[in-house]
Amino acid sequence: MAEILKRNKALAVNPLKASQPIGASLAFLGINRAIPMMHGSQGCAAFGKVFFVRHFREPIPLQTTAMDQVSTVMNADENVILGLKAVCEKSKPALIGLPTTGLSETQGTDIKRLVKQFRAEYPEFAHIPVVPVNTPDFNGCLESGYALAVKAILETLLPAPSPQPSPASGRGSNVGKRKKQVNVLAGSFLTPGDIEHIKELIEAFGLRPLVLPDIGDSLDGHLTEMETSPVTLGGTPVSEIYSMGDSVATLVLGNSLFEAADLLKARTGVPDYRFDSLMGLEAVDSFIASLAVISGKPVPSRIERQRAQLQDAMVDSHFMLGFARVAIAGDPDMLYGFSRLVSEMGCEVVAAVAPARANILQDVAAAQVGIGDLEDLEIAARRNGAQLVISNSHAVETSRRLGVPLLRAGFPQYDLIGGYQRLWVGYRGTRQSLFDLANLLVEHGQHEVAPYVSIYNNRPGEAKHATFAIGGKH
Amino acid sequence: MKANDIAELLNEPACTHNTKSKSGCARPKPGATAGGCSFDGAQIALLPIADVAHIVHGPIACAGSSWDNRGTRSSGPTLYRIGMTTDLTEQDIIMGRGEKRLFHAIKQAVDSYAPKAVFVYNTCVPALTGDDIGAVCKAAAEKCGVPVVPVDCAGFYGTKNLGNRIAGEAMFKYVVGTAEPLPVPVEAQRPGITVHDVNLIGEYNIAGEFWNVLPLFDELGLRILCTLSGDARFHDVQTMHRAQASMVVCAKALLNVARRLQTDYDIPYFEGSFYGVTDTSQAFRDFARLLNDPQLSERVEAMIAREEAKINLALDPWRSKLAGRRVLLYTGGVKSWSIVSALQDLGLIVVATGTNKSTEEDKERIREIMGDKTKMITDGSPKALLGAVKEYQADILIAGGRNMYTALKARVPFLDINQEREFGYEGYSGMIELARQLALTLQSPVWQAVRSPAPWAKSSVPGVELAGDE
Repeated sequence: MAEILKRNKALAVNPLKASQPIGASLAFLGINRAIPMMHGSQGCAAFGKVFFVRHFREPIPLQTTAMDQVSTVMNADENVILGLKAVCEKSKPALIGLPTTGLSETQGTDIKRLVKQFRAEYPEFAHIPVVPVNTPDFNGCLESGYALAVKAILETLLPAPSPQPSPASGRGSNVGKRKKQVNVLAGSFLTPGDIEHIKELIEAFGLRPLVLPDIGDSLDGHLTEMETSPVTLGGTPVSEIYSMGDSVATLVLGNSLFEAADLLKARTGVPDYRFDSLMGLEAVDSFIASLAVISGKPVPSRIERQRAQLQDAMVDSHFMLGFARVAIAGDPDMLYGFSRLVSEMGCEVVAAVAPARANILQDVAAAQVGIGDLEDLEIAARRNGAQLVISNSHAVETSRRLGVPLLRAGFPQYDLIGGYQRLWVGYRGTRQSLFDLANLLVEHGQHEVAPYVSIYNNRPGEAKHATFAIGGKH
Repeated sequence: MKANDIAELLNEPACTHNTKSKSGCARPKPGATAGGCSFDGAQIALLPIADVAHIVHGPIACAGSSWDNRGTRSSGPTLYRIGMTTDLTEQDIIMGRGEKRLFHAIKQAVDSYAPKAVFVYNTCVPALTGDDIGAVCKAAAEKCGVPVVPVDCAGFYGTKNLGNRIAGEAMFKYVVGTAEPLPVPVEAQRPGITVHDVNLIGEYNIAGEFWNVLPLFDELGLRILCTLSGDARFHDVQTMHRAQASMVVCAKALLNVARRLQTDYDIPYFEGSFYGVTDTSQAFRDFARLLNDPQLSERVEAMIAREEAKINLALDPWRSKLAGRRVLLYTGGVKSWSIVSALQDLGLIVVATGTNKSTEEDKERIREIMGDKTKMITDGSPKALLGAVKEYQADILIAGGRNMYTALKARVPFLDINQEREFGYEGYSGMIELARQLALTLQSPVWQAVRSPAPWAKSSVPGVELAGDE
C-alpha cells in the first residue's frame, strides 16, 4: 500500500492540476447536442475552452454565465436564468450542463434552486434537461469534476425508484429488457480512441454498448457535413440515457466513477462490473472475461490473437523496461493505471504525484504517492534517479531539466498531434504503450560523455533562474 | 478594486472608443459571451517579463488552465515560464487563510527562485472574499527584500482589454520610475552617433519575432530601455520614464501607459506596427521624427532603402505564388490594418477584414489602406465567418488560433496570427516567413483531397450548411 504524502507547501509550482469545472465540462461534452455553461466569470469558460481546443484540436462549445462586478457582489441568480434562456433559444441543445466554479461557489450560489426557478419561469424549455453540478475549483481536480458531472447527469435524468414499485410503471423490473444493451460508465482517463476500441471489444461479443459520456463519438476529430455547430456533434444521445435501466449490465471504467455507479445501481438495479484500469495484461484479461460472462459467448479468436500479440511485445520489450525507473504524474485513475502497467513490466515507479486525493491512490504501485505538482515530481524524480517521465505536455520542461524522455499522457497535450486520439487500453493499446516506452528509453540512452566547461571560461550572459534553483530549499 | 477605479480605467482619454460612450467596453451578456477576462488580459500583458516570479492568487482554474500558454520568448532567464499559483483550497477560503497562504507563497517563490521581483495576480475568489493583496504584497516585500507588485485583476472586473489596462496601471503605479538606466557601454559607442533611449509598448516578442527588428535598432543608435513586455526584465520596466520617445506597438490595450508617460514625464509617443514592409519603415521614420535628430533621419532613410531593396528581391519568388489570392482577415484591433498592409506588400487581395475590436481610428486607417468599399466584418461567429469566406470567395482565412478549427472543419486554408502561433512575422525578414506559411497552406494538396467525396459515397460533396441553429 502506497504511503500518501499530503501537500506541504504554500506555492504550487508548475501545477499538475486541472480544475473541477473543466472536468465537469468534459463529461458534458460527451453528450450529444449538449453544451456546458459554467456559472462563473467569463474567464472561467474562456480558459476552459482554450484548454480543450488546444488538446482536442476541435471547436468546443462552452458558454458562461459571465458574472461581472455587479452580479458578483449583488446577486448572480439572474445570470443563470438569462444564460439558460439564451442558450436554449440560440442553440436548441439536447442538454445543458451547468457546472459551478470557485467564484459562484464562494458567492454561495444555490444552483439546483436556480434550475427549478428557470423551470418555473420558462416552461417552454421544459424539454431541455439542465444538469446542475457543484464543482468548485478549490476542491478536487479534473477527474473528480468529471465524476461529479456523470453522477449529476444520472441523478437528473434517471428518476429515483418509487418506494413501492408498481407493475404499471414498470420501474424496478426493466433490467435486461434490452437483452444486448450494456451500460458503460467511461472515466476521464479514457481518450476518444480508447472509447472507440472499448466499443469494438463489446460489439465483438454481440453486445450493444451504451457509453456515458461518449467523448469517443463527440471529440474523436472527424470532418462532418455540418461545418459549424453551437452544440456537441456526437456523444451519448440523451434519449438513450433514459434507457439505461433496461440494460443487462453496467461496466464501470475507473475508480473515480464508483460513486456514480452506486447511484446508477440504486436507481436501476442493473448489476455492474467495476474496473480500476484497462491497461496491462491482467486488467484487460479481467475485462474480457467479464464480457464473456455477460454475453454467454466465447472470446472471439481475433481478441485471442491480440492477447497473444501483447504477450509477444512484453517479451520483446522487457530488455529495455526491466528495472527502468519511472516517474508518473497525473490524475488518480491515470496514475494508478500507468503504475500498474509499468510495474507489470518490471519497472520501478520512483516518483508518483497526483493533483488531488482519491481512494485509488493507496493502490498505486509505488512506495509513496505525493499530492502536489510537477515541481514535486521533478524533485522526487531527480532524487530517485528517474529515467523516464509519464505526464502531460506541461512536463516537457520538467523532463528537459531532468534530461530524460517524456511519454505524454493525460490532460493537456497541446504540443502533440493526435494525443487526444491515442489508444492506451486493451491488448492493442497496451502493446503500443510498451513499444513507445521501450523506444523512448533506447533513444535517450546516455552513451555520450557529458559536456565539460572549463572553470577558466568566462562567458558573458545571464544566469538562467529557472534551471538554477530547482530542487532548492522549501 | 472599487467600481469607480474600474470606471476610471475604462475612461481612457487617449482611446477613440471613449467618444462612443465606451461601447468597446460593454458588459458581457450571459449565455452569449466569448473572450477572456481581466485576469487573462493582465497576465498576458505582463507574463513576458522574464526575471519576475508571476504568482496567480486563487484556486486552480485561473492558473491551472492558462499557465505556460503563450508563444513569447526570452533571450535570457526563463523564470516566467514557471507556473506559480496559491492553488487555494476550500479550507483556505472558509477559514480565511488565503492571505496567509499568499504571504508564504511569495516567500517560497523568493527562496526557491531568487526572482528580481514578484507579481501577484488577484483573481475572482480572493477578490470576493476580500483578501487584501496590496497589504500582503507590501508586508512580503519588506520581509523578502524584493519588490512585490499587486496586480488587482479579478476576472469579474471585466474583459481582457480592461485587464491589459489594469496591468499597465500597476506597472505605472508600482514599477516605472523606481530605478535609473545603466550607462551605455563604452564599447557600444560609435563616433557620430548619438544614442537615443526609447520604449516599445505592447511588443510581446511572439515566437521571438522582435529579434528580426532589434538589430536595426542597434544599427541606428536607438537603445530600447524597455519593451513592455516581450523579452523584458524587471529593471527595464523600472527605467521606462527615462526614454525620449515611445512606440505603442499592438492595439490600444496598453495605451494608458504611453499616455501617462507623456503626461507625467513628457515622453512623446506614436502608434505603429512592425508587420509588413511599409509599416516597418514607417515605424522607424516616426521614431526619427519624434526624436528630431537630422542625422538619425539620414541613417533611417539609408537603412530603409537598403532593407526594402533587399527584401523585395527576396520576396519576388513568393509573390508569384501568392499574387491575386484572396484573403479574409479576422483579427482584433490594430492588427486589422497592420496585417492588411503586410498582405498587400505580398500581392494578396484582402477581401474583407474583421473590425470587432477595432477603434474608429483603426477603421479609418483600413479605409485609407483598402479603399471605401472595404467590407468590414463584425460578427465573428463560425457560421458568419464561413459565410463571409464563401460570399467573398476567399482562398484563405487568417485569424486567431481559436478559429483555426472552424476553418479546417470547413476545409478552408488557414493562417494563425495570434499569440499562440509558432512563427515570427515581424520586420523585413519576418515577411519571408509569412510568405512561406501562406504558400504552405494555400498550395497544400490536402485541400483537394478532403474536398472530394469518397469513391463509393452517394451523398453530395461536403459543405452543407447547418440548418436550424444559431
